[in-house]
Amino acid sequence: MKLTKTLLASTALTVAAGMATADGHMANEMTIVSWGGAYSNSQQQAYHNPYMEKTGINIINDESSAEAVAKLRAMNEAGNVTWDVVDVVAADAIRLCDEGLAMEIDPDEHLAAAPDGTSAEDDFGDLLVSDCFIPQIVYSTTFGYRTDMVGDTPPTSVCAIFDTDAYPGKRSLEKRPINNMEWALLCDGVAKDDVYDVLETDEGQQQALDKLATIKDDVIWWSAGADTPQLLADGEVVMGSTYNGRLFSVIEEQNQPVAMLWDAQVFDLDGWIIPTGLSEERLARALDYIYFATDTQRLADQAKYISYGPARASSAPLVSTHADLGIDMAPHMPTDPNNAQNTFLYNYEFWADYRDDIDAKFQAWLAQ
Amino acid sequence: MTDATQNSGPMMAADGTTLKSSLNRALRRQKLRALMLIAPLLIFVLVTFIAPIADMLFRSVENQIVSDTLPRTTTLLADWDGDAGELPSSEVFEALYTDIFIAQERKLHTRLGSRLNYELTGVSSLFRKSGRKVEDMGEVYQDQFEDLDGFWKDSENWNALMGSDSWLADQTAWDDKSDARQPAFEPREEIESLLPQTAATFEIFADFVQNEDEDNLAKEDPWALVYSALYTDLMQEPDVSGYGGPGSAELLQAMGAVGTFENVDYPAAFEEIDKDWHSIDVWQTIQTYSPDFTSGYFLNAVDMKKSPDGPEMRPDNEQLYIKLFIRTLFMSLVITGSCILLGYPVAWILANLPARTANLLMILVLLPFWTSLLVRTSAWKVMLQQQGVINDTLVWLGVVADDSRLALINNQTGTIIAMTHILLPFMILPLYSVMKTIPPSYLRAAKSLGATNWTAFWRVYFPQSVPGIGAGSILVFILSIGYYITPELVGGTTGTFISNRIAYHISSSLNWGLAAALGAILLAVVLGLYWAYDRIVGIDNVKLGG
Repeated sequence: MKLTKTLLASTALTVAAGMATADGHMANEMTIVSWGGAYSNSQQQAYHNPYMEKTGINIINDESSAEAVAKLRAMNEAGNVTWDVVDVVAADAIRLCDEGLAMEIDPDEHLAAAPDGTSAEDDFGDLLVSDCFIPQIVYSTTFGYRTDMVGDTPPTSVCAIFDTDAYPGKRSLEKRPINNMEWALLCDGVAKDDVYDVLETDEGQQQALDKLATIKDDVIWWSAGADTPQLLADGEVVMGSTYNGRLFSVIEEQNQPVAMLWDAQVFDLDGWIIPTGLSEERLARALDYIYFATDTQRLADQAKYISYGPARASSAPLVSTHADLGIDMAPHMPTDPNNAQNTFLYNYEFWADYRDDIDAKFQAWLAQ
Repeated sequence: MTDATQNSGPMMAADGTTLKSSLNRALRRQKLRALMLIAPLLIFVLVTFIAPIADMLFRSVENQIVSDTLPRTTTLLADWDGDAGELPSSEVFEALYTDIFIAQERKLHTRLGSRLNYELTGVSSLFRKSGRKVEDMGEVYQDQFEDLDGFWKDSENWNALMGSDSWLADQTAWDDKSDARQPAFEPREEIESLLPQTAATFEIFADFVQNEDEDNLAKEDPWALVYSALYTDLMQEPDVSGYGGPGSAELLQAMGAVGTFENVDYPAAFEEIDKDWHSIDVWQTIQTYSPDFTSGYFLNAVDMKKSPDGPEMRPDNEQLYIKLFIRTLFMSLVITGSCILLGYPVAWILANLPARTANLLMILVLLPFWTSLLVRTSAWKVMLQQQGVINDTLVWLGVVADDSRLALINNQTGTIIAMTHILLPFMILPLYSVMKTIPPSYLRAAKSLGATNWTAFWRVYFPQSVPGIGAGSILVFILSIGYYITPELVGGTTGTFISNRIAYHISSSLNWGLAAALGAILLAVVLGLYWAYDRIVGIDNVKLGG
């Protein structure tokens, strides 16, 4: 009898405590999902810290962006979405929007206008590639090369990756078709404007794979963004593709003998989505955070910590110097006119359609 | 003996029943009690382990999304024969319009698009685009009705026409701001029989507004789709003159006017959205994937595909999975073999050393076991890469030339080395615990009877250690079949496993059906091998400890 009473009492206590923490979570905490590492740090400094100071809300970081799409789908099926705001690349945002896992956000209604009064929709312009997606930064996938391994003629064109005579040694490329197929066609004589028309056809896909086959034995395929910087620093590869912010950190922060090859860099976007299925209270908080974190000044502030370009046109003139190194950040931005002489924009619609098909062929080709 | 045969009638218990059934009853009670004792664990395992796995595996055949999202289209499409080379009839296009219209209101059309895009490239954007533009088709009728009479613009008029009187009274009495539930829509019976399509469409609309959007039905204008349905109904020339409820005059007026309305040519309108709607392939894909269950994912998982003429192999340049399955099994075997080769001597030394030294060495075996998997894998990268420790040492020793350094990583070799290292403790530990139980006196006895060292080991010691090898091999083999982090990091292109593709389809391509099919095949292969092992070696011969 005594035991039963004790059990009952402790159960009641546990339930009460559980409800108390659940309420506590609702009141002043939110979970924001991002990529971790230097990137999360830049968000912590530019957005989270000032926001926590302003509102008293405690922000919990979750570094799950790489698996965000799968996890959101699982949460949605389980009917328990625990994330409030999620940082994803644009292609994932489109996918989440298609699946009904991210909610549509009207920029003019929910986002701050630029200081000069330009509406948010015009300020972001073409970068609003999905109804559910608020872009935050423009980053690019581009090449870095070892300055001590290329002799007196450093590469100036992306086609140097296919030129194993002039630049012997291994190269590192991402283990997926996106970007690699475009570069292969570009270096196989296809005009830039025709790349996607060619890539739509079976012959065009084969042409790109054939071009990649010429260097297949010289390629180390990477799947994590940190691989190429590591391989470059170790001298394992003479050149390799990765995100420009990673190369910035190898070159400027770690002083490795590496230089940027900006030619044919591929712009891509990273930004926020809000999951569907949040309670009204959490949704209001998420929208409030988004309003705060995507205004002109905050976006410019993030560039103090990482070399990715702010997504708002009005933020560009406000980009200042690196917080620790004190160097001017503008020349390191992928969007800087000197760097952006020959660029691609990730073709979201094309890859949403062709990703499954071309990926199957690409992986089969890799396994041969 | 003879006594026993003479008294062979059934033995009776004290209460008069046979002893057998009385015993059975007692045993059953006991079993039930035992079952109740383990019930919490059983339920826990069922709910948290078996059910999720079953649910996940079920996805490999589940395909309701197509018929759920396009119910009308798939029903009509069942009789269509694509091989004749003709597009489906315009009724099918009209059904498609209705289905896509409702799906885009519910935001389900893009989900279906991504599903069908796994089967046919381009369907994803086709559905996205169609979802955006399908509203224009209905607006053709909406505009004409509204131009005809302002009556059709107003949501209140629509409710009065479509809803039953009792519902209308409830809806008017309902306070928008109160917490009370909005009275659920009920159709007006006369209208239901006069205008069946309109009533059905309006019901879907009312249900959506009241239950999914949770808005006030009185303030929501009907979808353009409702106007299309009204047009279709009125073109059937129903006898509206007998109807005398709200809106009867306007209905009669509309009845007279629809004959002169501009009508929508659905096939042409869809072609205008995207010419792919006039491609037989798209329709054949929808038709092939209409059933609620599909073998498509499983066929895909063995490099085949569904076609209108039955399953066929994929072209050579898309075949991948069979190769990966074979590679996974082969490399797991190699890894198991190298674990036996390396682990056996270590376990033997551990079992035969004095306890103090053995414990110290045991810590060395366990130490890597406690280190993070990622750390160990990354350490192997530093060791094995071309500018890494091993190659540097070999070049320094002059064993290999500087310009022909060994490729030890980003290929099969890398995966085998790193995984052998990671899985070695799983081989050593069972081997060690079995060897501990083999009395050293057996070997001494064999030798004293004249056996050579080798014979004594091979004929006496080794057979007794086989259960340990069996246990270790099963552990290592089954673990390595499911590995994906290490192969991903050090495997390059030739050293990756089937699990890498499963992970890709779960987390990146979101093709969970295919991932489930691949996983189900892998599970079946493992169970098959386990069964074969049981038949050949016998599972009773496996020992994890003394």
